[in-house]
Amino acid sequence: MSAPGSGSGAARRGGIRRFIRRTLVLAHAEVLHVTRDRATLLQIIVMPLVQLLILSNVATFAIQRSPVYVVDDDRTSTSRGLVSRLGASGLFDVVGRSSSPDSANEAMLRGRITLALTISHDFEADLVRTGQAPVALDVNTEKGAAAGVVQSYATQIIGAYAREIAAGMHPVPALALRDALPADEPPPIRGFGRVDVRFQDWYNPTLNYKHFMVPGILVALVTMIGTLLTAQNIAREKEMGTLEQLNVTPITKAEFITAKLLPFWVLALIDLVLGLIVGRLVFGIPMRGSVVLLLAAAAIYLVVALAIGLWISTTVDTQQQAMFVTFFVMMVYLLMSGLFTPIASMPHWVQLLSELNPVRHFVTIARAILVKGAGLREIAAPMLILTVYGIVVLLLAIRQYRKRTA
Amino acid sequence: MSDEVAIHASGLTRTFGAFTAVDHISFDVGAGEVFGFLGANGAGKTTAIRMLTGLLAPSAGEATVAGHDVYRETEAIKRDIGYMSQRFSLYDDLTVRENIRLYGGIYDLTDATIRERTQRILSRLGLQHVENTLVHAIPLGWKQKLALSVALLHEPRIVFLDEPTSGVDPITRRQFWELIYEASHGGTTVLVTTHYMDEAEYCDRVSIMVAGRIAAIGTPAELERTHGVESIDELFVQLARNDPNARGAAGGGGAAA
Repeated sequence: MSAPGSGSGAARRGGIRRFIRRTLVLAHAEVLHVTRDRATLLQIIVMPLVQLLILSNVATFAIQRSPVYVVDDDRTSTSRGLVSRLGASGLFDVVGRSSSPDSANEAMLRGRITLALTISHDFEADLVRTGQAPVALDVNTEKGAAAGVVQSYATQIIGAYAREIAAGMHPVPALALRDALPADEPPPIRGFGRVDVRFQDWYNPTLNYKHFMVPGILVALVTMIGTLLTAQNIAREKEMGTLEQLNVTPITKAEFITAKLLPFWVLALIDLVLGLIVGRLVFGIPMRGSVVLLLAAAAIYLVVALAIGLWISTTVDTQQQAMFVTFFVMMVYLLMSGLFTPIASMPHWVQLLSELNPVRHFVTIARAILVKGAGLREIAAPMLILTVYGIVVLLLAIRQYRKRTA
Repeated sequence: MSDEVAIHASGLTRTFGAFTAVDHISFDVGAGEVFGFLGANGAGKTTAIRMLTGLLAPSAGEATVAGHDVYRETEAIKRDIGYMSQRFSLYDDLTVRENIRLYGGIYDLTDATIRERTQRILSRLGLQHVENTLVHAIPLGWKQKLALSVALLHEPRIVFLDEPTSGVDPITRRQFWELIYEASHGGTTVLVTTHYMDEAEYCDRVSIMVAGRIAAIGTPAELERTHGVESIDELFVQLARNDPNARGAAGGGGAAA
């Protein structure tokens, strides 16, 4: 080893050859374990695809046929026009109407409706005479984010109707919204409808939440499976006693960890590719950027995810402990990933903390490449973070692995 | 037997909290010897072996295995030893052949050597017909013999066998000892633990461990003569009964020494 000049070079080459051979021999055995265990193999390949197919439909922030209750005290063609606009949008479904606010309240209380629209008695008359007339929107805000979406859609539809009426009237009337929330709203602004804000939705013009969610869910599923498998792996060998037999051989810690990582890394990449194919064929997710770049990023990301799993596995003694720790880590991963809630709306310190979450970085990369068609330059920052992360966690796992009990 | 020392231990001790599993044991095993580690369950045999194989850090004392220090040179020790654990620890979901191949690869044997030794092991153990059978499907006796052969696969200088014959039938035990002798004749030093006292007669020298200490050490004939007993079994019972610290074996505690 300490031989000078070419001698140490030869020793190093020999060392690398030995590293590769031992790693491949052990990795091969690992592949045999996995492929012989049909149940596990099925779980690894089929389960995430089934989950992807189901969960992608579950995870949506878009509203469709949201139930609305109408209290129309006006009963004029103008008020009916407003109600029909709501229904015609496809976003709302008028599930009940009466002239009594009590039945609207009750429906709200029972959770049967998300929105109550109250049109007062003098709606049309006020509109014609003064050019403005208030309507009340009561939004069920039990589910915070969804309520915001409901409110904003309803406001847009009413605004559009106001502009429609305004087109045929002088002076410009304003359909003032007396929004029930918050209660102490400033008085309606005259001339609503004069300022016309137009939105242009970039990257996801149809606002299809699936395009946004499918890549995220896929990343979450692959991460979960990869982390669980690796976290349980070494713990399982500890339980079975096979680890002791390996620990008494000259295999190095780096060879051992690499051999454990390799098969699951390949497996997770296969899972990811299958998931992308399903996402493309079933959900029509866009692939604007380079798929090769995405897979390269995935290759780096999976080293991080799996090395964290192995790190967990080196610290615990049983598979059960490994499961507990993994689920805990998984919760943090998913909730701080920006998958379900935008990171930008989290408190500053949580945002900083979420930088430690590898899922966050890879979700950013995957969405950027698939939906926005981002290139290497645009994703360089999260890529660099993941690369550093991968090296650090891998070294930690190797360091943490003990061939000898203290 | 040569004068060369394969294993040297001096005051080797291991504690787990307040419990002393191995209490200042000192012994030497010469190269090529078959050295028996006798004792009841819980006497500290496995703990001693785990320290010598580099699996467990000692609490105190000194030891060298194949000339390597058990504190600092555990990885060097691992190149020179074979180990068969008390618990069957080959991979159940690999075949006989795949298990041999795996360990051959880990010990850096060439593919040609692995092929050749695989054939040798299979024909020696008569396992050709199950070479491609998953290990969990073969009988315990065969598994144990396979485990021993895998421990010897890389032709180590020293092999540690921790209760290799527990749970196997008398005929298999007999065959097992034949395999141990073959290894010994090939120049391998053997340290074997057992709680079958009749197996002491197969060893060149034995040590009897009681409650973490070595209560007697020598050749079986020497021990029987000096202690005036008919068999090692009788000596073992005597030692266990006389030891004031004996756990469970003495039955009652008796007078303090």
